[in-house]
Amino acid sequence: MLIKKPSDIPYSEITPKAVYMNRRKFLAGVAAATGAVTLAARPVSEWLAPQSVLADGTKLEPLAKSPFSTTEPITPLKDVTHYNNYYEFGTDKADPAKYSTKFVTSPWSVSVDGEVNKPGKYDLGELLKLAPLEERIYRHRCVEAWSIVVPWIGYSFSVLAKLADPKPTAKFVAFQSYYDPKQMPLGQQAGIELPYVEGLRLDEAMNPLTLLTFGMFGETLPNQDGAPVRMVMPWKYGFKSIKSIVRIRFVRDMPPTTWNIANAHEYGFYSNVNPQVDHPRWSQASERRLDGSFFGKRIKTLMFNGYADQVASMYTGMDLRKYY
Amino acid sequence: MDLSRHINVRWLKPPVFLLCLGPLAHLVWMGFHDELGANPVEYITHSTGTWTLVALCVTLSITPLRRILEQNWLIRFRRMFGLFAFFYGSLHFTTYVWVYSGFDVHAMIDDVYKRPFITAGFTAYVLMIPLALTSTSGMIRRLGGRRWQLLHELIYVSAIAGAIHYYWLVKSDERVPLRFAAVVALLLGYRVIFYAFQRKERAAAKKGTRESVLSA
Repeated sequence: MLIKKPSDIPYSEITPKAVYMNRRKFLAGVAAATGAVTLAARPVSEWLAPQSVLADGTKLEPLAKSPFSTTEPITPLKDVTHYNNYYEFGTDKADPAKYSTKFVTSPWSVSVDGEVNKPGKYDLGELLKLAPLEERIYRHRCVEAWSIVVPWIGYSFSVLAKLADPKPTAKFVAFQSYYDPKQMPLGQQAGIELPYVEGLRLDEAMNPLTLLTFGMFGETLPNQDGAPVRMVMPWKYGFKSIKSIVRIRFVRDMPPTTWNIANAHEYGFYSNVNPQVDHPRWSQASERRLDGSFFGKRIKTLMFNGYADQVASMYTGMDLRKYY
Repeated sequence: MDLSRHINVRWLKPPVFLLCLGPLAHLVWMGFHDELGANPVEYITHSTGTWTLVALCVTLSITPLRRILEQNWLIRFRRMFGLFAFFYGSLHFTTYVWVYSGFDVHAMIDDVYKRPFITAGFTAYVLMIPLALTSTSGMIRRLGGRRWQLLHELIYVSAIAGAIHYYWLVKSDERVPLRFAAVVALLLGYRVIFYAFQRKERAAAKKGTRESVLSA
């Protein structure tokens, strides 16, 4: 498996200029690709309206390839959409697929505020236009010792961060998920405090691997996978990759994070994938790769989930046993 | 009213036996129809674990039900339920050994003594082994009723360890493990109260006989 360092390839080469220039045609392309049924339900004018939001399952094209992508076999779509941890929709892995079908993700907006020079509120259509969409095939390692390979679609979070222009006082980024007990009645039984909150150190947030994610498998995110916009940090345990984001806040101090609030002893702020530091209740040395086969396969877990080349330097000198 | 007059226990046993095989049959059916989800091994592990606890609770409920409802014939099903608890426990344990940690024996041994929830589950299972081995009528005779009874009180430890095993396993939503724990607590609590009463009664009876002897 070869993961090139980002410095090997200039960004301009990763994203063909034609694709970038095509941004304006993008929305029209989306509308055309969705076919007559969707068109009938959603006129093109609606796509272009400020509140326009892409429905669950809308094709996202064209997509630039990414050097960060792995060549490992992709986990079947059925598994990625029917084996979810999204406690707002129930704690069973099969629950989110069942109970998120009516989740309303349109209109949707994300506020960006805190220690920034340009705070703002972006609707989903605006966010989608900020940068060319890339497909990034990442390994995704859950803290529960299973892993999948997912072709995500999005762009580096740093694009949005740069636009917000963080002040020198901004040291961390705090994320907050949408939470509505009416739409998510099972959330009250989740046993965790909601709304779900997560956080990153500013340098982690600015790392090119950190993906602001809008889709997967060539389409917009299904509800159970965090529609309409989520984070993906492939070197961290899955629960760090917060779903259905409504607020992004640049802050001075380390923000509280949901699983850390629930059980600080078991879930740290960093939660980097680390085969040497076990979860108190189970080993993290290996993982079950869900590949669609009956038994799956047990594989050794890699440091930083195999992304050490891109991220290890951010943690130089840190005791990762202490900062788990 | 003793229902045994209306129920032929011998005839009832085969359907109950088949019913107990239901969860396994369902798992096999799901396996063949690709319904075990993205992580079939995890599904099988969780399902067999749950049914082990259910069978343990059913086994433990026989004695209280028999006494409270005055249906002595129920005792004739206890062994079957107990053996089914062991059967599903064995499937659960085998899944863990064979596939979960199949790729590394050292990791598994490490797991058993390093992780409290696995230690608890392992304890619960291992303690069921002597019970299954001594479940035959011949073994009851050979051991003698009182010693056999004493040995089989290990099931209480198994049930407690099993409930703890489940509780320690979950990440946050503790409702189901707590329900199991409540059922186990209820079933064991009944016994504590029953034996306390029995002792008191026996003491009273003893005193009574002594007094009657003296007065004679």
